[in-house]
Amino acid sequence: MTENKTIAFSDEALAKAKKIIARYPEGKQKSAMLPLLHLAQAEFDGWLSPEVMDYVATLMNVKPIEVYEVATFYSMFNTKPVGKFLLEVCQTSSCWLRGSNEIVNHIKKRLNIEVGETTDDGLFTLKTVECLGSCGTAPMLQCGADFHENLTIEKVDELIDALKNKKERSSYLKSLVNS
Amino acid sequence: MSLVKVTIDNIEVETEPGTTILQAARKIGGKGVPPAMCFYTSLEGSGGKCRTCLVKVTRGSDKDPRPMPKLVPSCRTVVQDGMVVQNITSPEVLQARRAITGFLLLNHPLDCPICDQAGECYLQDLSYDHGLAETQTIEERRTFVPIDIGDKIKLHMTRCILCYRCVMVADQLTGQRVHGVLNRGDHCEISTFITRAIDNDFSGNMIDVCPVGALTDRTFRFSSRVWLTKPFDAYRDCHKCSGKTVLWMKNDQILRVTGRKDKYGELESFICNDCRFEQKNVEDWVIEGPRIIERHSVISQNHYEQM
Amino acid sequence: MGKKLLLQHINEPGIQTFEVYRKMGGYASVEKALKTMKPDDVTEEVKKSGLRGRGGAGFPAGMKWSFIDKKSEKPRYLVCNADESEPGTFKDRYLMEKIPHALIEGMITSSYALGAKTSYIYIRGEYMYIVRILEKAIEEAYANGFLGKNILGTDYSLELYVHPGAGAYICGEETALLESLEGKRGNPRLKPPFPAIAGLYACPTVVNNVETIAAVVPIINNGGDEYAKIGIGKSTGTKLISASGHINKPGVYEIELGLPVEEFIYSEEYCGGIWKGRKLKAVVAGGSSVPILPTNLILTTAKGEPRLMTYESLSDGGFATGTMLGSGGFIVMDETASIVENLYTFARFYHHESCGQCSPCREGTGWMEKILHRIEEGRGSMKDIDLLADIAKHIEGNTICPLGDAAAWPVSSAIRHFRQEFEDHIKLQRCPLSR
Repeated sequence: MTENKTIAFSDEALAKAKKIIARYPEGKQKSAMLPLLHLAQAEFDGWLSPEVMDYVATLMNVKPIEVYEVATFYSMFNTKPVGKFLLEVCQTSSCWLRGSNEIVNHIKKRLNIEVGETTDDGLFTLKTVECLGSCGTAPMLQCGADFHENLTIEKVDELIDALKNKKERSSYLKSLVNS
Repeated sequence: MSLVKVTIDNIEVETEPGTTILQAARKIGGKGVPPAMCFYTSLEGSGGKCRTCLVKVTRGSDKDPRPMPKLVPSCRTVVQDGMVVQNITSPEVLQARRAITGFLLLNHPLDCPICDQAGECYLQDLSYDHGLAETQTIEERRTFVPIDIGDKIKLHMTRCILCYRCVMVADQLTGQRVHGVLNRGDHCEISTFITRAIDNDFSGNMIDVCPVGALTDRTFRFSSRVWLTKPFDAYRDCHKCSGKTVLWMKNDQILRVTGRKDKYGELESFICNDCRFEQKNVEDWVIEGPRIIERHSVISQNHYEQM
Repeated sequence: MGKKLLLQHINEPGIQTFEVYRKMGGYASVEKALKTMKPDDVTEEVKKSGLRGRGGAGFPAGMKWSFIDKKSEKPRYLVCNADESEPGTFKDRYLMEKIPHALIEGMITSSYALGAKTSYIYIRGEYMYIVRILEKAIEEAYANGFLGKNILGTDYSLELYVHPGAGAYICGEETALLESLEGKRGNPRLKPPFPAIAGLYACPTVVNNVETIAAVVPIINNGGDEYAKIGIGKSTGTKLISASGHINKPGVYEIELGLPVEEFIYSEEYCGGIWKGRKLKAVVAGGSSVPILPTNLILTTAKGEPRLMTYESLSDGGFATGTMLGSGGFIVMDETASIVENLYTFARFYHHESCGQCSPCREGTGWMEKILHRIEEGRGSMKDIDLLADIAKHIEGNTICPLGDAAAWPVSSAIRHFRQEFEDHIKLQRCPLSR
């Protein structure tokens, strides 16, 4: 839990953050905004609290509001807590044509949650998303950086069962932190 | 530099190079001036967003006489020598403006009867001039709960048209911006995100630049309809700002202090919060005389002969 | 078999690695350009090739390059638009994942032509696993002297970085992309100024799609004239088509521009026909933004000529009877698909992705979604159809960026070609095709 600690990146993450900032010209460190927010989300339980965003603002030397404006604009950033595994099911045309509604309905039933909700045990959050570029392998869902494609009800069940035994939280970026 | 010649609605005018179509139209004045809900001369980068000032360029310039393929925002399109523009002479422009008025009103609460801005609201004027008599939508409107941002300013996000002017005021005037535009699309809102008071010497100017009733003066809240108050140019020695204001009075009471706006709603100069919120006694001011409100709106219907 | 210029080595084991890619002739364009050509010569070849922007707009790439302000003292930038988010489009993902070095090589050759010393690949955040693939490829290119200081011993130096987005279709619009790359909200900028004059950090910038940049490689290797020999008229070269929906073989196909649409849909080499033995109903040929066409108009033009996969043939007849090649996102619908429900998914998409900066798009996209949702659910009225068409008409052309048009065109075209289906939804008070 992060409440009682001062918010700060781990040494590895901080080193990574500095490397990212150095990619942009002198004085343009704000360019590191999106990569740093990804990094922060991976570091702090999959979401961006105001405290975390304030911390990221200090790394780039910008005003906190500049971070809030950006974090709330992009759909990959969660400004509210999410479950350990975020299931993002694509529902745009090509996925819909090949049965994404059935996939969403099945997950809802299986996990007993509505879209946007998290299971009571905090393991799963279900979200519908718009086109993720997996139209040729539709229907699909994304969990962390992983694309699960050509989905069937059976495949979804297998995935959920497998995730239940997984220790690491799903993250877009976790493995990048140390790369 | 030689002047450039531009024709707007068949009226020719000469302007400095670099002038926008809107500025050129304002130079001509009258009914041919496009409405501008987001552009604000003294705010850098403003304009282009609301699309109410779209006009038709039927001839690009002497050098390149081709017409422009789409309607262009007059507030951000620079005139060229020999340019020919249609504003109210173009049915296409008027049709687009009517549609854009509809878009701006789509989620607007139409709560003018309880809105302090009523009577001096640019959206009200726009709807009066360009809107349809009846709404086309039956969908539920988007709503937000009104909040206080600081002890002097009320934010009614439901009324906001997202002109970004207040954000630019905070950025360019105060340098201590704590509010901004959050979220995306029609979920966008002006907010501080976490409860933070907007508290600096010039924050009150956000109220003056707001074209609608989204940001209103809490010290004036529900005190009077604006058209029942009488404006006076007044002045005081102020070490923070010019001290040149307008006092909005009822009998001998100052109900509200604002900056001095021209007929397009733009301030002659930004004023400080001290002048705006704290100086409500007549003795605090040197009254220069009644202010004639030139703009065409309910607020200009004052009758000084009865004073 | 059509000619393959981008995917010819796709099945080569290990083509993801520098070693194999190089062995298959990779990075030859960098050697050729840096050692034997002046930057302007490279641009000249691209001009000669007739290559058009593969992101969707189809603007001639060489011409775009020639607009870059070379008088400016400021640094120049090349930014690769890998924000691929147009529904129905997944070709850039495929290319970057399978042959990452093709993009890196194209970036180096193109950056050299433009005089860029630092270049960025802006990739949509959801493709995070590809970020890893690209970063690895970039590391290999550095290690082998193709990136960094004094590439191949010449005095040309280049730094190349991958920059992830974070979920916003609008950042595929080039000025929104630049705003996003500067760490801001993805609000498109008003043009002018164009990026070629004031782009990234207000410096001269060119933004090109992944496929466009990758196509520079064969153009430099074989010459622009050779490239221009492929295709028909102003549609030169090959194009990656993302095929999806109700077909037997969804996937990415490299076609020679000029291939008949009918062959593309029914040939075993490509889509392999409509799935489950059903009949073709409609096609969205160039990504969600372009007008939908019913079977008769996608297979033949209004004049009765076979419709070809070219910029010109697909747009033949204008929007009344034609469409656009767009990004090449080819979405196929069989006879059981509800045009209204499909359109609803598009409308929901554009509503979700509107940045909210200008009023017609911010308010209009949500309005259209709500109306379509009602119609699909059986709560529509006849006047909703004209209202929808009216809203679309008033968004179109009146917004800061093309997202407004992209949201409007699917709506107007669906009503134009499938009005009866809207009326059936309303009369029956339900979707006549819902499963």
